[in-house]
Amino acid sequence: MNDTMTAKPAPTPPASAYFIEERRDPSETHTLAVLVDNEPGVLARVIGLFSGRGYNIESLTVSETEHAKHLSRITIVTTGTPPVLEQIRNQLDRLVPVHRVTDLTMVARGRGQEKPLERELALIKVRGSGEHRIEALRLATAFKAEVVDATTEHFVFQLTGPSSEIEQFVAILQPLGLVEVCRTGVAAMNRGPDPM
Amino acid sequence: MSEQMTGAEMVIRALIDQGVEHIFGYPGGAVLPIYDELFQQDKVRHILVRHEQGAGHAAEGYARSTGRPGVVLVTSGPGATNMVTPLTDAMMDSIPLVCITGQVPTHLIGNDAFQECDTVGITRPCTKHNWLVKDVNDLARILHEAFYVAATGRPGPVVVDVPKDVQFATGTYVGPEEARRTRRHTGYQPPRQGDPEQIRRAVRLMRQARRPVLYTGGGVVNSGPEAAKLLRELVALTGYPITSTLMGLGAYPASGRNWLGMLGMHGTYEANMAMHDCDLMVAIGARFDDRITGRTDAFSPGSRKIHVDVDASSINKNIRVDVPVVGDVAHVLRAMIAALREDEPAKPDALAPWWNQIARWRARNSLAFRPSKSVIMPQFAIQRLHALTKDRDTYITTEVGQHQMWAAQFYGFEEPNRWMTSGGLGTMGYGLPAALGVQAAHPESLVIDIAGDASVLMNMQEMSSAIQHELPIKVFILNNQYMGMVRQWQQLLHGNRLSHSYTEALPDFVKLAEAYGGVGIRAEKPAELDDAIMAMIETRKPVIFDCRVANLENCFPMIPSGKAHNEMLLPLEANDEAALAQSFAAGKELV
Repeated sequence: MNDTMTAKPAPTPPASAYFIEERRDPSETHTLAVLVDNEPGVLARVIGLFSGRGYNIESLTVSETEHAKHLSRITIVTTGTPPVLEQIRNQLDRLVPVHRVTDLTMVARGRGQEKPLERELALIKVRGSGEHRIEALRLATAFKAEVVDATTEHFVFQLTGPSSEIEQFVAILQPLGLVEVCRTGVAAMNRGPDPM
Repeated sequence: MSEQMTGAEMVIRALIDQGVEHIFGYPGGAVLPIYDELFQQDKVRHILVRHEQGAGHAAEGYARSTGRPGVVLVTSGPGATNMVTPLTDAMMDSIPLVCITGQVPTHLIGNDAFQECDTVGITRPCTKHNWLVKDVNDLARILHEAFYVAATGRPGPVVVDVPKDVQFATGTYVGPEEARRTRRHTGYQPPRQGDPEQIRRAVRLMRQARRPVLYTGGGVVNSGPEAAKLLRELVALTGYPITSTLMGLGAYPASGRNWLGMLGMHGTYEANMAMHDCDLMVAIGARFDDRITGRTDAFSPGSRKIHVDVDASSINKNIRVDVPVVGDVAHVLRAMIAALREDEPAKPDALAPWWNQIARWRARNSLAFRPSKSVIMPQFAIQRLHALTKDRDTYITTEVGQHQMWAAQFYGFEEPNRWMTSGGLGTMGYGLPAALGVQAAHPESLVIDIAGDASVLMNMQEMSSAIQHELPIKVFILNNQYMGMVRQWQQLLHGNRLSHSYTEALPDFVKLAEAYGGVGIRAEKPAELDDAIMAMIETRKPVIFDCRVANLENCFPMIPSGKAHNEMLLPLEANDEAALAQSFAAGKELV
């Protein structure tokens, strides 16, 4: 048996008790709305499920939305292959405090739309004087950002819009004295008269 | 029917109102008020273990053999962390457990107090749900909800963490009825009936099938005795061959005509070939685990697949299926059988060519082993144990490893709830405490832990519990002095370098049994085996049976790593050397 050993082929992937397969399906980005009981630990359950099962979270936003029923709405932007996205929905639905899981992206596509309505709010602090300061304010006007705080040395802009617009605004402000950015993460719902 | 009482009283009262007769536990500082209440009543019997892990597995055995939730009571900190393994085990195998843990007083939580740990944080991923009770007025409602969540839908373990000040505080008790009305988690609605349209589609496929196979799992057992009865009815009605996962053994009798044996990594040739070549697979309460499927890209390539499961997340997780039916097995089977009966019965000979094919696979005799007159073959030991216990009221538990697979292959299970094993998590040390729990639930029955010499040492201390509570469990050790399954994998995949899989200093199991106050029996030759087994059965005390078996026997048949169902290694024709050669020649690029 030891002879077999010495004659064994060149290094290969490690021997394993598991069946290792590479999967290379294309990934998609979806936005999920999850309605949960607002109780201690509920967010940890949702986040723990994502980390424990190796799912991605690109953005997560949460707040109580129905005070009388103590229901919170969590908006999660996630990336995965279609089977993984189906698993994420089903796994979330299995959690005891979860009332409803809706894949807003799927609903939008089902209605012939590209995406659900997705908005983010960002606070952006720019510090500087002279030309840079004037340029920053000009850009803010172009982006319809609001000035919510200012001194002669700085501006804090508030911008609401799709994530891509915020990305763009932040990138442009980078050389103009950008010192701090805070973003809320995506809030989303489907277009049209019907509720979730 | 609301009454004022302390939190500790509420715990006992809720257990009584839930019909709990036995709990398994270990006292400690943070649960002393509850233990004090336990002491002052006689409706709930407490079985003291020697390690909290033992309490957890005992409760699992209790649950699996009765169909009712198993209950555990442990203290904070180490008491809770020692429960993590049984909770995870119960989570993987869908066993209903209610674990009540003590916690440091509310005002100390977060202070790194003595024996404090973040119990709900630690157990969050290994429970179906868990609660930290901060107000005594929530305690009764939460306890009743805990039982409801543990036992309904896909069953699983739950934890209720009760700080010591909440146990002392006085509040209002509510009974199960009122608790149901005031339940908080209204979003938790486990499915029962399957979608009628999907059931119709399933039945339509079943009518056209020419090479069908039923693939059943632990979900049938969990659904209750009615589900097993309906499954047998479905087999009789359709004439389909049936195979089962490790967890589902006993739902269909091993002596049944249509039984193919267990499937999967150590399943029979006929079961795995039928899975591979079928044109219709009906998966019922099974979850396409990786020990079952082998290579998923080569899994049953030509079949349509129907999947019945109460847990929607089990569907399309590993294998894409054509017809998903989300519902309780018994409900769905009843609807399927009714729909099948509506039309004229299928021609009985429609499946004849398929059964002929299966007969050819069966003829390969994939469970064959070389008999020996000088040493006890482990397979032979299980065969004899089965022969001598099958006409008795017998329950079998196991540890994890080769002995577990041999038990699954050679012990013919005729009824559900008679077979307790750690399937998903593969917990060595499960079987002895599980047997304790089974024996507590069925004091007159014969309860045998089929064990390996390595596994059994992981929770050997529970022999002491067996003696204390007069639970006459039988620990039947297939002693080969190795961690047999580890060694088998090292032989197949790691160049026969037997790294730490040989146990150099095993205890004398006979003397060990005697040291605990039990009875030790040893058998070393095939000729003495039957008498020794009979002596074990007739002993009304805990027994450790040291069955010395062939040391180097391996477990076949086997689907090697990275292989499909039709690429099994068979015994005799594939002895260890051939297995080695094959794994090096062809399997390497895939393992």
